[in-house]
Amino acid sequence: MTEPVLRLEQVRKTYGGALVLRGVDLDVAPHTVTALIGASGSGKSTLLRCANLLEEIDDGAIFLDGAEITDPRADPDAVRRRIGVVFQAYNLFPHMTVLDNVTLAPRRVHGVPRAEAQERAREILDRLGLAGRAADYPDRLSGGQQQRVAIARAVAVRPRLLLLDEITAALDPELVGEVLSVVRDLKDDGMTMVIATHEMGFAREVADQVCFLDEGVVHERGTAAEVFGAPREERTRRFLRRIVEAGRL
Amino acid sequence: MTVPVREKDDYRPSARRIARERLRRSRTRRSVVIAAVSTVVTAVVLYLVITRSPGWPRTRETFFDWHYAKVALPQVLKGLWLNVRLLVCCGALVLVLGLLLALARTLRGPVFFPLRLLATAYVDFFRGLPLIICLLGTVFGVPALRLQGVPNDPVVLGGVALVLTYSAYVAEVFRAGIETVHPSQRAAARSLGLTGAQAMRYVILPQAVRRVVPPLLNDLVSLQKDTGLVSIAGAVDAVYAAQIITAQSFNYTPYVVAGLVFVALTIPMTRLTDWVSARMNRRQSQGGTV
Ligand SMILES: Nc1ncnc2c1ncn2[C@@H]1O[C@H](COP(=O)(O)OP(=O)(O)O)[C@@H](O)[C@H]1O
Ligand SMILES: [Mg+2]
Repeated sequence: MTEPVLRLEQVRKTYGGALVLRGVDLDVAPHTVTALIGASGSGKSTLLRCANLLEEIDDGAIFLDGAEITDPRADPDAVRRRIGVVFQAYNLFPHMTVLDNVTLAPRRVHGVPRAEAQERAREILDRLGLAGRAADYPDRLSGGQQQRVAIARAVAVRPRLLLLDEITAALDPELVGEVLSVVRDLKDDGMTMVIATHEMGFAREVADQVCFLDEGVVHERGTAAEVFGAPREERTRRFLRRIVEAGRL
Repeated sequence: MTVPVREKDDYRPSARRIARERLRRSRTRRSVVIAAVSTVVTAVVLYLVITRSPGWPRTRETFFDWHYAKVALPQVLKGLWLNVRLLVCCGALVLVLGLLLALARTLRGPVFFPLRLLATAYVDFFRGLPLIICLLGTVFGVPALRLQGVPNDPVVLGGVALVLTYSAYVAEVFRAGIETVHPSQRAAARSLGLTGAQAMRYVILPQAVRRVVPPLLNDLVSLQKDTGLVSIAGAVDAVYAAQIITAQSFNYTPYVVAGLVFVALTIPMTRLTDWVSARMNRRQSQGGTV
């Protein structure tokens, strides 16, 4: 078996007194898509923030390509350079044009010359259907366009791993499709991704692995067919039933 | 970008719209008339009250004497050149020092605790200390120390006092601006691999500075006026020039002239403030979404 890109071992995280992750294990193989599903507040975002070292974990360990990144001696900036993140609220930089948003990290973090960074950024924007938007400021774009810019910004540094946190949750229903199709393309390119999502149909379609998170524990993990088709756990069945009732699957 | 196709239609304003607009116009006219009349009435009343007051002839002689105004104006303007130079030098120093103080206060972690403490103490002290006392302290206190190599020039020492006080104000303005930038912006920058300093430099500060330009310019206008206080140290600025003539003639018109000259100097600055704020509101690209 190949070494996982991301590995979580018994990760525990509390906020103040609240226990949010209580011993999470997870392996993400190269070039696979892992979907994190679970109710609101089950700890999906927290898990992704921990993986990107935006939060410090209380116990356990996280490995990126076999190296422990939660080791106090590890350089968090170097780790984050290899992990891309796309947030639910896009978090684009409002004072920069689309092109500057996308080229900021390549230029300032990776030292790519301006012209080269811009050329590559234009290529990516082009592929994401944003060719004419390079000179616009983010607030001139629709939500779907902003989220695609955020994806472009995250992949511009060719990350080893991409973390997507409910990237369609803030979008109007008719804009969800354009963003998801970008994610599909990334999967076809072989990008390794962890996706927290409420889009069960989408998770079922693209995920190689589905993890059901509940109260800070991964209760069920398997292929999409296993978790959605024949859930072993009663909790998973209950969660999926609620989703079906809400018309989301 | 696609340009929306302009469709030709045979639109004619309806009677309803015409009536509505007529009503709006007549209302506007009425309020303009009311405003104009009340302004004129106020002005006339003020004029009558002042000019009929028993002390008016004497007041006019001492404060509004045309002869002394003409004598004072060139001297006052010559002195004003010093105020302008003080404003430019002190303004630049205030902005730099204020920004450094604000940044020092945002540093996280126990390593920076002494620096943070120092910056906080500085801001607390000089923001609370009356400018006039700060000025007296530097202008008369520092030379009394007779330190080698420390200038005794009242202009320099007065400038130092202005910078000490105003950098404390400006530091608070910058800090407020930095705090209004949502933490998610920092998270986004850090998750791209930018270091803390880079996130500050490229993502947080540019947004923060944009937001505080109006209050910053406001502080600069205020600094511009307060450059007049260096006159108490004996530096010959516009105020002191007026004082010299007044002392010789016992006529206060030169002070009025100096005051009006300061007002005239402040107006362009105030208009600039308005213009900058308006422009930034139009270019709505400062967002603030979570
Ligand atoms: N910064 C924080 N401080 C305190 N509690 C938090 C913080 N972030 C998240 N939580 C809590 O952690 C739990 C999990 O949150 P989250 O990871 O956002 O869940 P999900 O993304 O699955 O909806 C929630 O109960 C939430 O209230
Ligand atoms: Mg979440």
